[in-house]
Amino acid sequence: MVAVRLWGSLGEAAGATEVEVQASNLRELLLGLEENYPVLRSELERGISVSIDGKIYNDSWATPIAPDSEVVLLTRLVGG
Amino acid sequence: MAKDEYQAREFKVIGTRPIRPDGIDKVTGKAQYGADMSAPGMLWGAIKRSPHAHARIVSIDTSAASAMKGVKAVITRADFTHQPEDKANADVLDNCMAGERALYDGHAVAAVAATSKSIAAAALDAIKVDYEVLPHVTDVDDAVKPGAPIIHEGRQRENVPEGHNGNVISRTAFGHGDPEEGFKKADLIIERNFTTAATHQGYIEPNACLASLGADGQGEIWVCTQGHYMVRNVSAAVLGLDAGKIRATASEIGGGFGGKTHVWQEPVALKLSQEAGKPVKLVLNRDEVFRATGPTASSSADIKIGMTKDGKITAATCTYRLQSGAYPADNAMLAAMCGFAPYDLEHVRTEGLEVVTNRPKAAAYRAPGAPMGAFPVESVIDELCQKLDLDPLDTRLQNASREGTRAVYGPTYPAIGLEATLEAAKAHPHWTAPLGDNQGRGVACGFWFNFGGDTSVSLMVNLDGTVSLAEGNPDIGGSRAAMTMMAAEELGIPLDQVRTFIADTASLGQNENTHGSRVTYAVGLATIKAARHAIEVMKQRAAMKWGIDADAIEWKDGAAHPAGDNAGKFPPMSIKEIAAISSNTGGPIAGHHEANPEGAGVSFATHMVDTETDPETGAVKVLRYTVFQDAGKAIHPDYVEGQFQGGAAQGIGWALNEEYVYGEDGRLQNPGFLDYRIPVASDLPMIEPVILEIPNPGHPYGVRGVGETSIVPPLAAIANAVSRSSDVRLTALPMSPPKVLAAMKAK
Amino acid sequence: MSRIHVSTTINGDETEFLCEAQETLLDVLRDDLDLTGSKEGCASGDCGACSVTVDGRLVCSCLMLAAEAEGRAIETIEGMADGDDLHPLQQKFLEMGALQCGICTPGVLVAAKNLLERNPDPTEEQVRYWLAGNLCRCTGYDKIIRAVMETAKDMRGAA
Repeated sequence: MVAVRLWGSLGEAAGATEVEVQASNLRELLLGLEENYPVLRSELERGISVSIDGKIYNDSWATPIAPDSEVVLLTRLVGG
Repeated sequence: MAKDEYQAREFKVIGTRPIRPDGIDKVTGKAQYGADMSAPGMLWGAIKRSPHAHARIVSIDTSAASAMKGVKAVITRADFTHQPEDKANADVLDNCMAGERALYDGHAVAAVAATSKSIAAAALDAIKVDYEVLPHVTDVDDAVKPGAPIIHEGRQRENVPEGHNGNVISRTAFGHGDPEEGFKKADLIIERNFTTAATHQGYIEPNACLASLGADGQGEIWVCTQGHYMVRNVSAAVLGLDAGKIRATASEIGGGFGGKTHVWQEPVALKLSQEAGKPVKLVLNRDEVFRATGPTASSSADIKIGMTKDGKITAATCTYRLQSGAYPADNAMLAAMCGFAPYDLEHVRTEGLEVVTNRPKAAAYRAPGAPMGAFPVESVIDELCQKLDLDPLDTRLQNASREGTRAVYGPTYPAIGLEATLEAAKAHPHWTAPLGDNQGRGVACGFWFNFGGDTSVSLMVNLDGTVSLAEGNPDIGGSRAAMTMMAAEELGIPLDQVRTFIADTASLGQNENTHGSRVTYAVGLATIKAARHAIEVMKQRAAMKWGIDADAIEWKDGAAHPAGDNAGKFPPMSIKEIAAISSNTGGPIAGHHEANPEGAGVSFATHMVDTETDPETGAVKVLRYTVFQDAGKAIHPDYVEGQFQGGAAQGIGWALNEEYVYGEDGRLQNPGFLDYRIPVASDLPMIEPVILEIPNPGHPYGVRGVGETSIVPPLAAIANAVSRSSDVRLTALPMSPPKVLAAMKAK
Repeated sequence: MSRIHVSTTINGDETEFLCEAQETLLDVLRDDLDLTGSKEGCASGDCGACSVTVDGRLVCSCLMLAAEAEGRAIETIEGMADGDDLHPLQQKFLEMGALQCGICTPGVLVAAKNLLERNPDPTEEQVRYWLAGNLCRCTGYDKIIRAVMETAKDMRGAA
């Protein structure tokens, strides 16, 4: 199980600042969140970024996640 | 993927300053930008725009225009028959051509294509639009008040709590701890409101394209953009076409800074071309660029920071309201994420409220949201230091984020360069240089993310042994030079044997925009990997010639060498020699790399500036400016320095002079370079760039993206300098002379 | 509408064209004569990207009617190099990295060349004020000013 930290207002929506998901990579994480926390679905659909051990990932499903990784959901980041 | 790639080594080419490969064309006027291309039989496009900030479009009569000699197409929203399902693309379509309502002064309502510019202009005049003017709102704080006209009913996201009107589209919040508890521990608490005005990226080249679209949905578009793949994909989605049937070619680009990472008029040009059956050249004029392409958001922030008399920040809160124009965006969220990023805080809460107004659709502008995020934070920290008589650099060091700090936006930082920039600032002679009357010194820190993103690169070894490198990212800062250098370094061949091309969308896989400070990092990574791939292929060919295993071959100085005596006594085969036998040994030699390199890091900077205020006029002169920023590894130092200097200059303009001025009627009053005043050569001093190099573990050469961070610190650095020199805290940007004078007089 | 016939000299070449009364010199250079090196940044004389010289005088070509070119000698960026011999300013800009996107560069070079013809030994302040009519958004002007001053020094030394 991976502990996933949710940013402020996402945590407010989910009613918890940290949730647990069974996942070994980014794809499984996103699917697990959608399934177990339906209140997060619209934010997930809008697009999110994920910080894994301090580095930021957007789309790579195969990105591995270890059980002791620090995983933080972020809002989708864009540059200019 | 891009995890632990970095290998320290001695470089032959990286870190030197060769002349850029596209340089001669640019100094002789040969380089072709968006408006420099023509096609046989081409027509001129032009767009009719709403003169009202908010109006229902009752009817549009195009009959007189259509009947004019030389007019070959006239279109309105009714001609865009495809309705995109995706909300973001639906907003793009509505922005390209208004539907039921015009939402801002300058919103496109119709377009024509004609055989000359003057006929096109006359045709626009002949189009009759019947408007029903509606109440408008352009100020961010007015838009959230009860009674404000609501611009989009039913688009407020579920994350907005009760008590906010419908112009507050979205609310995000970040942070951790309990600020109320933290404030109790503070010896001094400062609470203020800070405002910033909307500014435009100010690229000197107006948006331009030459589009050709047939009845069969096959088309070509030549366009100045930061992302020709994005232009192709979004235009196709908006028009209901297959992306693969359209080829987009990136022209040279005359500045973007984020503003050209979006689609503005390209679908209109394609549609006009399809209707007319001819290529259409559509070039915006400067007035249109200001009114109808995306400036950045304006902001209003309520901030509170508490500090002990020893300089420890005990608690901080900030609510940011950002208006991003007439369509939903996410700039408030970015401000709320970035403002406190340089600081290690136990109790911090930020909130971002995204507001819509009757203004043009905002676009990204160099670290979107971050300058507005940092301005209040860096200003209040400075004021706390002033009042508690503490050193502003030492205080920042005391509270600085480092490896292991929990960022306000959530994750724990890995190794970062913030402290290094602060220490470099402290050690620099600028910090201790004497100041005269009416002069002040300000410092500020800034932060921005770096990105990876979809990248495709192809490296061809030609039959004569020279190398062609095809990449898909428009070159806005000298990236072709950097890619050429990385390919030459990796292959061990002279620089002049490599030429880098920006390929069109039909020649490479998907490429993410040139934005997010990503190109030197991501495209560089792909270039290095493509070169390594080509090297493996060439080793195989040498192996074939020598009759040994490819494992027994090493690549050095541009040639294949037997690795050690056991491999055999063969003289080295140069890239030229291997290329000459490519057809015999398996066919054309190329390396390629397609990836979405993620896990890019973050970039910190510290800026230092001296200003002098004229006590009679309130005019501020920038006397001295130094930028301290971590680049990981500077591939071509001229271009890294250029990014530091350019970002700082834009920040200076934002701090002192640039703003969108709206009248009571909701119209933009200053859509031109005379009254929207960007810094000119006589406004600025030399800008000293100090490059720090703390290698990024995720890149083979240690590269970090640098392009954006440099615009984040200047707003507060200058406000801090001016505030100290005039002994009054300035909280509203821009600090134009009348405002500074009024603040000094009110003291 | 009937068009005006103009005879002029551009970069030393005798040139003829037809133009509408309201067309600017910039319009004609770019759209009819394939001289796209001069750029339109604003069409109101504020950005200098369209800078050319007319009988040796630095002018924004967007502020001049094409018809006014009759009988004059126009010099554009395309005339600055001599074949493949770059003007010292062009060479120095490349060596010192004094351009990023390059859109302002033709105008800046035309203006700087005109300055050095009038004043071969300008101070930094003089260079900055002379180039104040050429907007650059990429560089912050630092490397541009340095390149002009270095070139002035080289040209004085060579003279």
